[in-house]
Amino acid sequence: MNHVAPASQAGIYRYDTVDKDFLAARVEAFRHQVTRRLAGELTEDEFKPLRLLNGLYLQLHGYMLRCAIPYGIMSSQQLRRFARIARVYDRGYGHFTTRQNLQFNWIRLVDAPDILDELADDNLHAIQTSGNCIRNVTTDQFAGAAADEVIDPRVYAEILRQWSTDHPEFAFLPRKFKIAITGSTHDRTAARLHDIGVLAKRNENGEPGFEIFAGGGLGRTPIVGMRLRDFLPEPDFIAYVEAILRVYNALGRRDNIYKARIKILVQETGADAFTKLVEEEFARLPRALYRLDPALVDAILARFGSPDFATLPDASPTLDSARATHPEFARWLKTNTNPHRIPGYISATISLKPIGGIPGDATAEQMDAVADLADRYSFGEIRVAHEQNLVLAHVRKDDLAQLWRELGPLGLATPNTGLVTDIIACPGLDYCDLASARSIPIAQSISARFADLERQHHIGELHLNISGCINACAHHHVGHIGILGVDKRGAEAYQITIGGAADEQAAIGTIIGASVPAEQVPDVIEALVAIYLKHRHPNERFIDAVRRLGPTQFKEAVHAADR
Amino acid sequence: MPLIDNTGQQTADAWTSLPDDAPATSGPIIVSLTRLLAESPALPAPLGVLIPPDAKLETLALHLPHLALVAIAFPKFRDGRGFTLARTLREQYHFTGELRATGHPLPDQFVALLRCGITTVDVPATQKIETWRELLTQRGVPAETPLPFIRRSALPYGARG
Repeated sequence: MNHVAPASQAGIYRYDTVDKDFLAARVEAFRHQVTRRLAGELTEDEFKPLRLLNGLYLQLHGYMLRCAIPYGIMSSQQLRRFARIARVYDRGYGHFTTRQNLQFNWIRLVDAPDILDELADDNLHAIQTSGNCIRNVTTDQFAGAAADEVIDPRVYAEILRQWSTDHPEFAFLPRKFKIAITGSTHDRTAARLHDIGVLAKRNENGEPGFEIFAGGGLGRTPIVGMRLRDFLPEPDFIAYVEAILRVYNALGRRDNIYKARIKILVQETGADAFTKLVEEEFARLPRALYRLDPALVDAILARFGSPDFATLPDASPTLDSARATHPEFARWLKTNTNPHRIPGYISATISLKPIGGIPGDATAEQMDAVADLADRYSFGEIRVAHEQNLVLAHVRKDDLAQLWRELGPLGLATPNTGLVTDIIACPGLDYCDLASARSIPIAQSISARFADLERQHHIGELHLNISGCINACAHHHVGHIGILGVDKRGAEAYQITIGGAADEQAAIGTIIGASVPAEQVPDVIEALVAIYLKHRHPNERFIDAVRRLGPTQFKEAVHAADR
Repeated sequence: MPLIDNTGQQTADAWTSLPDDAPATSGPIIVSLTRLLAESPALPAPLGVLIPPDAKLETLALHLPHLALVAIAFPKFRDGRGFTLARTLREQYHFTGELRATGHPLPDQFVALLRCGITTVDVPATQKIETWRELLTQRGVPAETPLPFIRRSALPYGARG
């Protein structure tokens, strides 16, 4: 722990004493609650929503602590703290989630207050990572770095964090509430599939504003969100979001947990009537009180600090020569990097999807190593992608090959981002008491089947998502191929969908036949891929081929594989 | 049930909750929303009303100037509609009388209740008043900072600019 982090950390919001005091008070309050629970002063029924507001779940084998990584961005020091928690209080590893958070699956209740204490030392916490409240806001893993970005969404994500943290009115909503915000035309956040999705953009005068979606979601009733506003001016941002939440808190269903999300309210009310309710509430709000002052936006932006980018030529002979001499590096470069807005820089994705591994898991050693690499190559900053990978957002192109060389021995250089083995999976029946079936072993068997990297690259972009139950934590509805674990007369079985997408062409996948037992899943995926390879046009992605061909041929292939 | 004020101190309850079938007595009485709407002009002052979590505040608006107290029912602590009712009464209807939380709120919700404009709480018989007070002290109220709106939302209602 003697490591000195670089002075200039990019994109890490600096906490002030208000934030720190709040965290300390919150830990004390939780310690108090645990004491009262253990003393019998709080019933489990009363304790449950309180522990959930602090990220503590009761799972199959014990407690799970879900730590928040606000909008998926952390410092190297914070990642080292997570590594320590994994080592001291858990079994030496943690699991990065699709909400850009980090879960520890083997926590003891008595340790939880101490863990929260430790986390608070590095401005970390588990606040609002569960429960029926506004959850951790997610954003683009390449925010502030992507070449295709119109507006840096981090400042608005931080504003939403401050606004929603401990919001007195919205801690006991009908159900959980998830917000995603992006500032790029290519949506990497699945904004249209959130309770509220925000697309930051500029109008013709260059002023910032937001396209607002609401009522999207997955789970039992997958729905693509409706557009409420095409361009909401920046000063009205908080007022409008507040109006949506207030309508939801007052009118969302509380009689049935499966019908309690805002998407059901939107569907049952009707899009036009729902819009009218929100607009009326928005009109009634005392606007001056809720106004988001541009000066405040600037003040928050200033507290992010700016990485000290060097002035570099965009071309990098070092990178070009490594690409020419190392085909393996060239392959990784192709899938695991994203163009940067600053000449000479590039963003690198660190795959947490090794062949045959558990998607999103990282050991304490890997976390420490990534923290060191972040200090040396990316201003001490790490992001979590909602695809359950890590990202070093600001790497010099000249350093990229060296970074890749160092990732290899750590088991972190799998060149599979966006490919069939970059599987998004929930913990499933191995951990979760909601699950109907296991997810992790299915992910592992598919990953092993498609282990050949040459073949994966030949197949190209293919998003595969596996959820262990209808709650859809791994977003199977919007996987190009989605796999859903179901309970079929007491046996685990898997229902398969194709044609889903989470980006700006968001769509819910189509079910392509009866569910199949676990051992047949890789064969079915194989059959789907074979149909695609047979019929694809040059450079046509799997998802585009599915859209063009329709589901029939794929259905037949599954049927044949099932025999 | 014991009543506490916004500092967590037990305070005398001058109000009587009147069942719908009981004749209206003089003195501070709390009636149901149904009764208020039906009998309003005949009811004596000072007058209070108990509203359910699904109350439509539009129906209450005309009566608010004559009300000294609005009690908001929290039938379950998990039902957060009362927070929205309280805040809307303060911010949009500018209600300045006593706002009381009643039913089954939790002491852990005390700060949030105050921040939404609640001024008194009927503490359920199963809970200790000391716990309410302790949690208020512990959770404290964050200091004012140069970040006006967002920080301001963290202040209790009366402290806002």
